[in-house]
Parts: sequence; C-alpha cells; structure tokens
Amino acid sequence: MAMTVIWTGMTVGALVFSLALGNQAELAPAALDGASSAVQLGISMAGVLCLWMGVMEVMQRSGLAEKLARLLKPVLGRLFPDFASDKGTMDTLAANVSANLLGLGNAATPLGLETARRMSRRTPGVAGDSLCMLVVCNTASIQLIPTTVAAVRMAAGCEAPFDILPAVWVTSALSVSVGILAAKGFARVWKE
Amino acid sequence: MLELVVPGILAGVACYGMAKGVDVYDALLVGAGKGLEILLKILPALVTLLTVVAMLRASGGLEVLADVLAPVLGWLGIPPETVGLMLVRPISGSAALGVGSELISTYGPDSTIGRTAAVMLGSTETTFYTIAVYFGATGIRKSRYAVPAALCADAAGFFFAALTVRLFMK
Repeated sequence: MAMTVIWTGMTVGALVFSLALGNQAELAPAALDGASSAVQLGISMAGVLCLWMGVMEVMQRSGLAEKLARLLKPVLGRLFPDFASDKGTMDTLAANVSANLLGLGNAATPLGLETARRMSRRTPGVAGDSLCMLVVCNTASIQLIPTTVAAVRMAAGCEAPFDILPAVWVTSALSVSVGILAAKGFARVWKE
Repeated sequence: MLELVVPGILAGVACYGMAKGVDVYDALLVGAGKGLEILLKILPALVTLLTVVAMLRASGGLEVLADVLAPVLGWLGIPPETVGLMLVRPISGSAALGVGSELISTYGPDSTIGRTAAVMLGSTETTFYTIAVYFGATGIRKSRYAVPAALCADAAGFFFAALTVRLFMK
C-alpha cells in the first residue's frame, strides 16, 4: 500500500508542479520516454545480472558460503551474547550473515527468518535485544559485490562499473556499525 | 589493482568450484537463469517508477524539492539531487533501483551524483520491507527499538556514501 500512495502522490505532484511552473507540455513525452527507457535499462542490465548470479551459484554450491560462516562465528558471538551458547541458532545466524555478504538474498532470507523464529521463542510477541540486532544486521546491506548496481552503471555506459567497490565497502561497514552501536545503545535505555 | 577484481573473481571462483567437484558450468547456467527471473521481477517496477520519475523531472518538481532541501543536504555533503532516492530507499527496493538508475543515467555513471546514488543503492537495504517480513514471520507485536536503530544505519549509509565518493573518487 505504501507504494500506491507514493506513486499516486508522485504522479499528482508532477501534474501540479508542471502546471505551476508552466512545463505541462513536457509531461506526456517524459512519461512515455521514462517507460521505454526502463525496458532499455532492463535489457542492458540483463547480461551482467545473469553472469553474476551464475558466479554466486558456483560460490554457494562449492561451499564458499559455509566457509565464510565458520569465519564469522567468533564475531557473531559477541554481537549476540544471549545466544552465543545456543549452537543451532548460531549456525543459522552465521549462514544468514554469510549469505548476505555474498549477495545471496534468496538464501539469506529463509535462514534469517529461521534464526528469528528461534530467537523469538524466548520472548513471544516481543522483540528481544538479539532479535532487534538481527533485524538491524539484515536491514543494513553488507553485500560484498553489489551486482545489480554494477549492472545499472554498466548499462549507463560506465567502463569500470566496479570502481565503486571500496566506497561501497567502507560505507556498508560504517552504516552497519552505526546500526549496531545504535542497537546496543537503545538496548540499555529501552527496557520495556 | 581494481581492474583485476572481476576477472580474478571469475577465475578464482571457477577454479575453487572445480576443485570441490562442482559442475561449474551447470551452476553458471542455473544462476544466469535466476538472474533472468530477478530481471523479470524488477522490470515492471522499473517501468512504473521510471515513468513517474521522468514526469517529476520534466515537471520541474524534483528541482524545487532539491532546492528546498539543498541547504541541509549541502551542509552534510550529500548531493540534493539524491533526495528522492533517500526517501524511497527504506520502503521499496525496486522503487529505489528505479529512482537510482534514473539518476545514474541522467547525470552519468561517473558523475558525483551518479556515483553517490550507486553507493547509496549498494550499501543500504529495504529497511521497512525487511522489518515487516521478520516481525511478521515471528509474530512480534512489540518491535521496541528495531525501527529507529535500523533507520540510524540507513541515515549513516546515505551520509557516508556521499563522503566516501568525495574522498575515494576524484
């Protein structure tokens, strides 16, 4: 529903602004151009997207995701102290985080939900500190290779679509750290 | 160095997969098929969103909005043109991709605005959607501080996206 409101609002807004600013003649051609440019964008993205999804599939089948999960466990134990000794929960959690890192969204969500279900058993109906932390970790993107964005840049004629990687990594790391710090901070004051 | 990342990953992953006895070529084909599925899933949203964003741009409304917010965003070092992207990013992933790709193609993938949009897209998530899925699946009614903490992460992501692009990419 949220998108219904946004889309309708944007369309009405465009109409109102164009009338107020005298740009109404440009509205119709812009709408048609926008629609067809979306299909062009989709077609030029397709190659990169398919290629990288293939690479991700190889990573998953060859056990790279599991390997990453094993590396992550010590760090995760610190972030989720309530569940550090709960082996089953830590296993699905590590798998969830490593799938996120590799950009395997389809694999990450079911693993994350299984982790959330295990965590919510202790406090039914209320999000405990660990569950809040899990949600924050999953809402802050920690993908190592942002495939779709690279495909968009490629489609726009970029010669080195991956040259944003260092900026993406630093930004992701800082954004996730701020989220974790915020969650830890809120956990102290938000008792109810 | 960076130009070797892509070929390096391709060759490295293929060798690793082969060493582990994975049918690498079959996996590549299956994955590429999944890529097509993703494309089919996001294409309808791209069409609707790019249409309305193109209309907003032609109407002059986006510039007005950017002008209003320019002083605040400028102080933070964030290009005001990215305001639309920041507004839809936490709500819908496909909408953000639509708005972001419009910025990237309008201003160019190697412009500061295009790069900032790309880094914003690559380093943040669809916060509200994710929260709805997680709390819906676990029957959580009291989400406590999950939403504000997640939004802190998003805000930090937007700020640092602009900052890292300015620092790392000249």
